[in-house]
Amino acid sequence: MNHDVFIAGFGGQGVLLIGNLLAQATILEGNHASYFPAYGVEKRGGAATCTIVMSDTTVGSPVVGEPEAALLLNPLSMEKYYGHIRSGGFALINSSLVEDDGSSRDDLKRLLIPANEMALEIGDARLANMIVLGAYVEYSKVVEFESIATTLKEVLPERNHRFLPMNQKALEAGAEFCRQALVG
Amino acid sequence: MTTEMKKIFSRPDSLKDVQTHYCPGCQHGTIHRLVAEALDYFGIKDQIIGVASVGCSVFLYGYFDVDVIEAPHGRAPAVATGARRVHPERPVFTYQGDGDLAAIGTSEIIHTANRGELMTVIFVNNTTYGMTGGQMAPTSMPGQKTSTTPYGRDVSTDGYPIKMAELLSGLDGTAYSVRVAVDNPKHVIQAGKAIRKAFQTQLDGKGFAFVEVLSTCPTNWKMDPLAANQRVADEMIPYFPLGVYKDATA
Amino acid sequence: MEESLTKRLFVKGNEAIAMGALEAGCRYYFGYPITPQSDIPEYISREMPKLGGQFLQAESEIASINMLLGASACGARAMTSSSSPGISLKQEGISYMAGSECPGVIVNVCRSGPGLGGIDASQADYFQSVKGGGHGGYHIIVLAPDSVQEMYDLVMLAFDLSDRYRVPAMILADAVIGQMKEGLTPHPYVAPADLATKEWALIGGGKAGEQKVVKSLYLGDGELEAHNNKLHAKYAVMQEKEVRFEAVELDDAEMVVTAYGSAARIAKTAVRLAREQGLKVGLLRPVTLFPFPNVAYKKYAGNGQKVLCCELNNGQMVDDVRLAIPTTEVVFYGRAAGAGSLPTPEEYLAQIRKHYEA
Repeated sequence: MNHDVFIAGFGGQGVLLIGNLLAQATILEGNHASYFPAYGVEKRGGAATCTIVMSDTTVGSPVVGEPEAALLLNPLSMEKYYGHIRSGGFALINSSLVEDDGSSRDDLKRLLIPANEMALEIGDARLANMIVLGAYVEYSKVVEFESIATTLKEVLPERNHRFLPMNQKALEAGAEFCRQALVG
Repeated sequence: MTTEMKKIFSRPDSLKDVQTHYCPGCQHGTIHRLVAEALDYFGIKDQIIGVASVGCSVFLYGYFDVDVIEAPHGRAPAVATGARRVHPERPVFTYQGDGDLAAIGTSEIIHTANRGELMTVIFVNNTTYGMTGGQMAPTSMPGQKTSTTPYGRDVSTDGYPIKMAELLSGLDGTAYSVRVAVDNPKHVIQAGKAIRKAFQTQLDGKGFAFVEVLSTCPTNWKMDPLAANQRVADEMIPYFPLGVYKDATA
Repeated sequence: MEESLTKRLFVKGNEAIAMGALEAGCRYYFGYPITPQSDIPEYISREMPKLGGQFLQAESEIASINMLLGASACGARAMTSSSSPGISLKQEGISYMAGSECPGVIVNVCRSGPGLGGIDASQADYFQSVKGGGHGGYHIIVLAPDSVQEMYDLVMLAFDLSDRYRVPAMILADAVIGQMKEGLTPHPYVAPADLATKEWALIGGGKAGEQKVVKSLYLGDGELEAHNNKLHAKYAVMQEKEVRFEAVELDDAEMVVTAYGSAARIAKTAVRLAREQGLKVGLLRPVTLFPFPNVAYKKYAGNGQKVLCCELNNGQMVDDVRLAIPTTEVVFYGRAAGAGSLPTPEEYLAQIRKHYEA
C-alpha cells in the first residue's frame, strides 16, 4: 500500500481536518502516514493545503511533487494544482465552486462533486469537507470507513459528539456519489 | 590586674582569608564585607548561591566562601532565576556593576524584578566601567570625563545617568528598593542595615530586593582615594539621592 | 506501563519533542515564542505543571538561555527551544554553557534567513550549529531528526549525551519536521547506567564543605589553554564513540545520496524511485551532525562512488562531506527556502539521474 493525496481549498473549508482524519485513520489501522500542512507563503491569503502520504512501510518524503490524487475544493486550487497531478491519477473537483470541469486532461480519473449543495441538503454547509473525504475514501479504499468514524469520534470533543451522525451521513453521501459519477 | 581579651571585630566567616585585587580606595571591599556580614547574620553561607557578573566583581567566588555561578555580562538575574527555580529552598544573590546591570543587562534586571523573583541584587554604582578602563557608564554623571567621553558626558547625545533604584521601585514585583552609600561611617551602618533587610526580604518570601550602593573608582576617576570618597558626597549623592524607594515588606 | 506510553499516537514533530523531553526527566523549560516552534512551549506550559516542573516564558531568548545555564549549573535537566533568529540571540549563552561545561538541550526548529528571512523550512543554520555558533572555538552536540518519532527519541538521547559529556546538545530540526504529523510510539525513558550524579553542579540543599564554582573565566597562565584542550579532548572522544547515521541501500551503491533532516526524507523517496529504475543508489543520512560521521562516508563513499549532497540551503554540510572523503567526487544540489514550495523527490531523482549517468 502506497498512496498520497493533496488537498487544497481556502481556510474554513475544513481541508486540514479531513487531512488529519485520513492520516490518523491510516495509523489506527496499523499503517504509516505523514500529514504535512502547507507552510509558508501558501498559508497566507487564506489558502489551506496539506499532503498526506500513506504506506504499509515507512513513509519517505512527506512532500510530493506530483500527487497521485488531489482534492481541489476551490477555483484557485484548481488553477494552481490541477496540472501537477500524476498521470493516471485522480482529481476530485468541487463543482459547487469550481467551473472548470478538468476536461483539458484525459489522463486522469475525475470526480466532479457538488459538495456544497450536497452538504446543504444534509443540513449544514460545513459538511462539504466530509462529503469530499467520503468520496476519496470510496475511490481509493485507502482506509475503512469505520476507521474514519472512530477517528472522528476521538478527535471531536465530547460536547460535539451530537454532530457525529450528520458527519457520518455526509461521508456516506460522498461515497455514494463517487460510486455513481466517477468519470474516466 | 589581669584583663580578659575579647575579640570584638574579625573577618566575617562568609569571606575568604585572601587579599582582593581591588584598587586602593575602591569600595568593593567594604560592600563585600557588608554582604558577608548579612550572610553570617542569617547563617546562610552554606545555602546561598552567588551569581557573579562581568566587571570588577567577576571574582566573587575568590572572596566569598559560597557556591557561585558565573554569568555572562548583564545576565546574572536570568542565571539567578534559573538557579532559584531549581532550588526554591536556597537563597540567591547577584552582585553587579553599573555597566552590567544598567546597560547591557537592563532587560534582565527589569523582568527579573517584575516577576518578583526571590533574590537579592547588590548593584554597585561607581559611574564608570572599572575593569575595561573607565569608559562611560549608564550612570556616568553629566559632564563626567571618561575614556569614551573625553569632552565630558553630553546629556544631549549620551542621555542621562539612569536611576535604577527609582526605576525598579515602579514595578509590582519589587518588594524592596533602596539606595545607600559607604562614604562615611553613618552611611556604612545604614548600608549594612539595608543589605541585611534585602536578604530578610528574600528569606521571608516577600519578593525581589534591590540595593544600589554608590561606590568609588579612584583609579578610573583619576583621583586619590580621599578625593574619590569626597566625590560621592559632593556629586553623586545630590544626583542619586539616598533612601528607600520602595518597601512593600511590611 | 501507562497506556499513554504504549499507544501509537498521531502528533506534530514539535509536540513529540516536548513529550520526549518531559519523559526524559526535563523539569525546567525556559523559552520565548517564535514560529515555527511555538507548539513546544505551548505543550510544555500545559503539561509541565502537572509534573511539578517549571515553565517560564522569558523576556527574551537571551534571558531564556541564561536561565537554562543557571538551572543546569544547579544540576537540573533543562531545555530551551527556538527558531533561527532566536537561536542567534542564544549564541552568547551557548558559548558560556560550552565554556563552563553546562549540559542542556537547545532545540532549533530552523527557519529561513538571513535576518528575518522567512518562515519556510530551511537548513540554513548548519554552519552555525556544528561549527560553534558563538565565540570561542567550541562545539556542541548536534542531532538531526528526520521524523516525528526521531524528534521524540533524539531529544532523550540529547539529554543523555549532554549530561555524559557536559557539552550542550542541540536538536536541529526544521519547519517540515516540526509541523508535520506522523505516528509516534512513545516509550518510557531509561537512563543510561553510566550517567553519574552531577557532583560538579550546585546540587542539594547547600554546600557540604568545598565551595562549588561554575565558571568559564580562566585567567591564570596556562589555565585557559588546558581548559580548551580538555574540551577538545571530549570532542575527540565523542567523534570516536557517539557518531550515529542511517545507511539505506548502501552496500552495492555506486552513487551515494547524502542529506539530513527533512531533505533526507525527500531523498529517501528519490532513492527508492531510482532503485525502481535500476540505478544503484543509496542514502547516507547523518543523525549526529556533530560529531560528524566521517567514518561512514569513508566506508560507503570512499571507494570510487559518486556522492550527491542535498540540502535545503546553498551548500553547508557538503563542505564537511568533502573533508571526510577528499578523493571522492561530491556534487551538490540545494535550494534555499522561499520559493513557496519545497524540493520534491522527483526533483532529487532528476539530479540523481543527471549525475549518475554523467
